[in-house]
Amino acid sequence: MLKSSENYVRKLVEENLRIDTRGFEDFREIKIEKDVIKTAEGSARVMMGNTHVLVGIKLSVGEPFSDIPNEGVLIVNTELSPVASPTFEPGPPKEDSIEISRVIDRGIRESKCIDLEKLCIESGKEVWMVNIDIYVLDHDGNLIDAGALGAISALLNTKMPKYEDKKVKYGEYKGKLPMRDVPIEVTIGKISNKLLIDPNIEEEDALEARVTVATNKKGEICALQKGGNGYFTIDELEKAMDLSILKGKELRKVIS
Amino acid sequence: MTKIGKPEKMIENGKRLDGRKLEEFRKITVEVSVLKRAGGSAIFKFGDTYALSAVYGPRHLHPRHLQDPQKAFLRCRYSMAPFSSQERIRPGRSRRATEISKVLKEALSNVISFEDYPKAGIDVFVEILQADASTRCAGLNAASLALAEAGVPMKNFISSCTVGKVGGKIVLDVGGVEDQFGDVDMAVAIIGDEDKIVLLQMDGIITRQEFTKMINLAKKGCTEIYEKQKEILKEKYKTGEEDVEVE
Repeated sequence: MLKSSENYVRKLVEENLRIDTRGFEDFREIKIEKDVIKTAEGSARVMMGNTHVLVGIKLSVGEPFSDIPNEGVLIVNTELSPVASPTFEPGPPKEDSIEISRVIDRGIRESKCIDLEKLCIESGKEVWMVNIDIYVLDHDGNLIDAGALGAISALLNTKMPKYEDKKVKYGEYKGKLPMRDVPIEVTIGKISNKLLIDPNIEEEDALEARVTVATNKKGEICALQKGGNGYFTIDELEKAMDLSILKGKELRKVIS
Repeated sequence: MTKIGKPEKMIENGKRLDGRKLEEFRKITVEVSVLKRAGGSAIFKFGDTYALSAVYGPRHLHPRHLQDPQKAFLRCRYSMAPFSSQERIRPGRSRRATEISKVLKEALSNVISFEDYPKAGIDVFVEILQADASTRCAGLNAASLALAEAGVPMKNFISSCTVGKVGGKIVLDVGGVEDQFGDVDMAVAIIGDEDKIVLLQMDGIITRQEFTKMINLAKKGCTEIYEKQKEILKEKYKTGEEDVEVE
């Protein structure tokens, strides 16, 4: 992105405007489609403006971690596919995609939305592994929120494959993945000392800092991550928390 | 779920498992100039958490395509020694280490005067030699001192500590067993004693009110760290170079 675009975004924000004419507390239009991939146990497609993310959930049976032998295993991975942006290159995950995965993972894990204990088949030996794969198809900013929304939408919709004679019978199902909460992640960006939500790609390039807040059904905070080279004051963070709790409630209505 | 080996009470009579008060740090140990070859180096310990940081540069940056004609380029690498934890940590880049390296770099970027060294590279290495929670904070505190000792122009220090929720209570400086069995762990870094938060990571469930309490406690803790950082540098330059003219 050219420097001039960054400056333009900043100047607009100083005049209380956004490059796509949204209000500072508005998400872009969000469209969610569920069950879009037949081969996955759960899936969702999220369009957040022009940001397009596909999330697939695959279940398999494996060994639990030795320190939590009676819980299923959760694994989140993000693929920044080269189809999604001229800046994405093929190859192993880089720090950006690792951060996205880990922040989304934290929201899901810490909210305890998946009842992982129910995913234990035989303590210490066999548990269900929940693989959440976030596939970014078009990157127009705010991949964390779009990915997290896709992940929770897909999880709420995931069917449990049958497991018989030590074999997973893909395509045959028995019940749904045990879910008990709906965590939502909301990212708040800071440009020219002003806070705005759901930054698009032009705004992301002009961001001084961002903070992602994951909230649960009760409106409690379950994960936080600050990013970017700038800073937040305590007052700004407090405002960001309030805003995330509010927006989390709104988004939760959209998906459940 | 009951976790294996979880103590019955994390806090008893206002005292934590290791005898600390709720808002009390573990013993903090700081040393600067601990390595011979590095431009700057420091050790920062929170109790049994032992972080070593070394700074190389500003120096010629390779590969060249990373060079910026306007300013210096900062690289940061956090890693944990294989023997630093109960269970051996496999050498090589983990996803956790990659993420922490990124947030440490972003935090330090706030205070370095990059414009003073166009085209150059500054490398900050953080090695956790012994881990007992709050490693990223100890690493950041050490890195700040190492950068200062390396003579990298900085606007201020980055000072960092953790706050947490253990046994339902808000505590300062989460220690080993508390990290494992506590409810919440939040890492915060601040520019010196200013109202500027440059690192914030949390996992675990807290209410909105608890956030306010925790962030303010973290600010207080970071200010205490900041005083320690200033003190140790002043001390070093007082004893090491007594004949230097003081303004």
